[in-house]
Order: sequence, then structure tokens, then C-alpha cells
Amino acid sequence: MSVTDIPAAERPVWHHRTLLGRLAIYAGWLGLVALFVWCWNIMTERTMWVFVYDAPHAAADLASRAWPPRWSYMDRLWQPLWDTINIATLGTLLGIVLAVPLAFLAASNTTPSRMILRPVALFCIVASRSINSLIWALLLVSILGPGILAGILAIGFRSVGFIGKLLYEAIEETDIAQIEAITATGATKAQILNYGIVPQVLPSFYGISVFRWDINIRESAILGLVGAGGIGAQLQASLNVLAWPQVTLIILVILATVVVSEWVSARVRHAII
Amino acid sequence: MTDTAAPVSPGMSPGTYPTRWKRPPQMIKSRFWRYALAIGALVWLVLALGTIEVNWQRVMVGMERGQRFIAGFLQPDFTTRWRDISTGLIESLTMTLTSTVVGVLISIPIGIGAARNVAPRWIYAICRGIIAVSRALQEIIVAIFFVALFGFGAFAGFLTLTFATIGFIGKLLAEDIEDIDESQAEAIRATGASWFQLINYAIQPQVMPRLIGLSLYRLDINFRESAVIGIVGAGGIGATLNTALNRYEYDSAGAVLLIIIAIVMISEYSSGYLRRWVQ
Repeated sequence: MSVTDIPAAERPVWHHRTLLGRLAIYAGWLGLVALFVWCWNIMTERTMWVFVYDAPHAAADLASRAWPPRWSYMDRLWQPLWDTINIATLGTLLGIVLAVPLAFLAASNTTPSRMILRPVALFCIVASRSINSLIWALLLVSILGPGILAGILAIGFRSVGFIGKLLYEAIEETDIAQIEAITATGATKAQILNYGIVPQVLPSFYGISVFRWDINIRESAILGLVGAGGIGAQLQASLNVLAWPQVTLIILVILATVVVSEWVSARVRHAII
Repeated sequence: MTDTAAPVSPGMSPGTYPTRWKRPPQMIKSRFWRYALAIGALVWLVLALGTIEVNWQRVMVGMERGQRFIAGFLQPDFTTRWRDISTGLIESLTMTLTSTVVGVLISIPIGIGAARNVAPRWIYAICRGIIAVSRALQEIIVAIFFVALFGFGAFAGFLTLTFATIGFIGKLLAEDIEDIDESQAEAIRATGASWFQLINYAIQPQVMPRLIGLSLYRLDINFRESAVIGIVGAGGIGATLNTALNRYEYDSAGAVLLIIIAIVMISEYSSGYLRRWVQ
């Protein structure tokens, strides 16, 4: 019996999934929608809708006050801009210095003790990664007082997790054959590290560092909001006195810095890899 | 032909192996630029370190606070401010979910529009522009503006995270669509399919697993960001943390930080697991 013998109405229709599979997917979408509506209700419980409906008016008002930017304020921005770049670069260097030993402790093929040191190193990396640099800055400013130093340490502590994680993954992905060849010559542990592993991870190390530097330039631009120096401090001061033309100028400067740093990091990574 | 067992390389007499390790080629070939860069870096380092001003008296006072903070971190106080902490946490979590859902929904058309192989040139330019603006502006700066426009609270935070999600998902989705297997799209086109049918039958099945993975990843990032934008008044757990630090209540701040770390770890592991399961 072929398909054509069955009357058209009773012919089986091809479906991508079984009936149960389709029902499960519909139920999943329904669950997501329900969860969304529930969350939305909780979130907007305390929203003042008057302000929200007023927003277009407020936006027009803000735009009229913020434009044109106050170009003459630029004279007072060069110093904070220099500070911002220093915070990002020194912070990246600090992050690298702390992250490299951590990465070697955390990688399963180079760690000296799998039971104790590796979990500790992994915890340090995760803890550093889950706290944003702005929160690090908030903590450090209340301990060290406002200034560049708090910013550098905040950027450094946040970078440890990022560089550490990517670097230890790179170390774990090294080619075992080269390491075996070095081991077969009778090399010591340090020599294996120096001649077998380091040359393999060096390119990704440079790439990761430059990438993090690029991110750090963005982050250091706003650290000043909590008092950790740099151009963000100027932003906070201008916001406090509602000097919107200055705010516009500062944001334009930050945008320009970000674009330049992204271009530099793209060029450097292109040259290395 | 010489009868040697060892490999012969130029500059070496036949029959000898190299006994010394030679350094691999340098990254920067010119000796002048190597030295110039090194000296420049050194000068910069001295200048930069010179600009750091440390008020040691302030640091001494701060060290005592640092000790209290570490003590607070080791003995977190969850109970005293539990009402504030739980409100902040619920705000953060709800803000994260709603902003991810709305952000992904908006970024799908923008991502399709920003893919060169399915969108006409003028739509492509507009969508790429939207993505570039969204990516270039920091969350914190966007949050400052949204707080100024929409008032304090979770709604401004929701809008900020949605705005940031659009740039992130839009860009990655567009790149994904540009990288699809063209033969499937070709086959669907050959059946005389309309543009919507092309998207639905050729593009969507190929990019869907990755879109779900990206959305889960963004959910993770949005939670982390929601802990930060509270500092400028956009609601969530960041506001609670900021208040606790301003009041010098380090044990409550320690509790908030531990909760953030725990949620980030849980979400990172579960989203990694889910992404592997989806793909």
C-alpha cells in the first residue's frame, strides 16, 4: 500500500517534533511569558508612572539644556584624562602581575597541589570577576580615601579575575606533545614551564592583556563617580551642580577615548596574532 | 652528496648538532624601536607613578576600616538589614529578567537588519548605527541619563539594561547571521520563498541555538550590571550596597557582596550548563 491509496484527509502530515515535544515547547514559552509578567509586576510596583509619562517632556528639556557642549571646559579635562589613562594602564599592569601566578596555580596541568591551591586560586579568580570594578572602587575609596590609588587598585583587582581565567584556560589548552618533548630531555619543572608552556601561551597572554587594557580604559572613565580619580570625578562634580553642557562635553571626551583605545587594541592584537 | 647523519643547516659544519638554544625571532624587528619603546615605557611609568598622591594619614585611618570590612566580610550580617537586602535583591532579579527578555525581543529585528546578507544597505546602516551607539555608551552613563529622565528606581535600571542588551545581542546575532551556511538560504530561495519565509526557514533554525545561548549569557551579565547601576540611583542590590557602605555598616555590605558572588557563581555555572544542553 502506498501513500496515495490513503484518502487525502487521512494522510499523515510530517511534523518536526512529536505532539508531546511541541506541547512541551509551548508550555516552556508560556512559562517564560508568565514569569516575565510576574517579574514585571513586582518590578514596577514602586514605579512612579507620572515621571515615566513625563519623560519625553523631560528629555526635550534636558537636551535643550545640555546642548551645545561647553568647549571651554576642555582645559580642565586634560589632567583627569591623563589620570584616567594612567589608572587603566597601571591597573592592568597590577592585574597582570597578580593574575599570572594565580593562573599557573589554577591550571590543572601546572598546579602544584590539586587539592588545596587550585580551589583557592579558582575562588580568588571567581570572586574578583563577580565584583564589578565600580564596587571594588567603592570599597577601596572608603578604605584608602578618594584618589588615583583606589582607582588603580580597583581596576587591578577586577582585572585579576579576567586575565586569570582566560590565561589559565590557555594554559590548560597547551599542546601536550611539546611539553613531553621538553620533559624527555630531562628538564626540570622550571625549565618545562619556561620552554614548554610559556612560549605556547605567550601570544594569547599578550592578546588578553591588551583586550583587558581596552576594557579598563572604559571602566576607569567612570570610577571617578565614586571618588576614585580620573575623568569620572569631573563628571560627578558637573552632575552635582547640574552643569549639563559640561556633562555633554565629558561624555564626548569619554566616547572619543573609548574609540581610540578600541582602535589601538585592535591594531595591537592584529599585529600579535 | 655528503654522507652525514646530522641535518645540515647553513653556517654550520656538517655533522654537528646545534648545542645552544636560539631565541625565537623578536616581535619588533628593529633594534632602535625596541629600545625606544622600552625607554618610552620606563619614562611613562615614572611619570605615572609620580602622579599618585597618597595621604598616609588617611590610609592609616582607612586601614582600621579595612580591618572592620574584612571582619564584616568574614562575619556577614544578613539579619539587621534583611528587609533592605531582600528588596534590593528582588528588584535586581526582576530587573534582570525583564530587561533581558525585552532587550532580546528588540534586538532580534535589529540584529536581522544589521546582517549584510539579508538586509538592504540603508537598513543595514541604521541598525549598525543603533548597535554602535548602544555599545559605545557605558551602562553607568546611560543609567545617569535614564534616572534623570524617568526618576529613581528599578524602571530606570530596566531601561538601562535593555538598552545595553540591544547592542550586545544585536551585534553578535548580526555576525551570526552573516556567518550562516549560504546553501540552505539558497535552497529556500530557489523554492520562491518570500523574505519572511527565508528568515523563518533558512536563517532561524541555524541561529536559534546560539541566540538562546547568547540570551542566557546576557542574563548573567545583566545581573552583574544590575548590582552596579544602583550606585547612581537605578535601583537594585547596588543601591542597597551603596547605602550600607555610606553608613559604614561593613557587616551588611559583606552580606550583600557574598550574596552577589553566590548568585553570580550559580548563574554562571547554570547558564554554562544550559548553554551546553541547548547547543
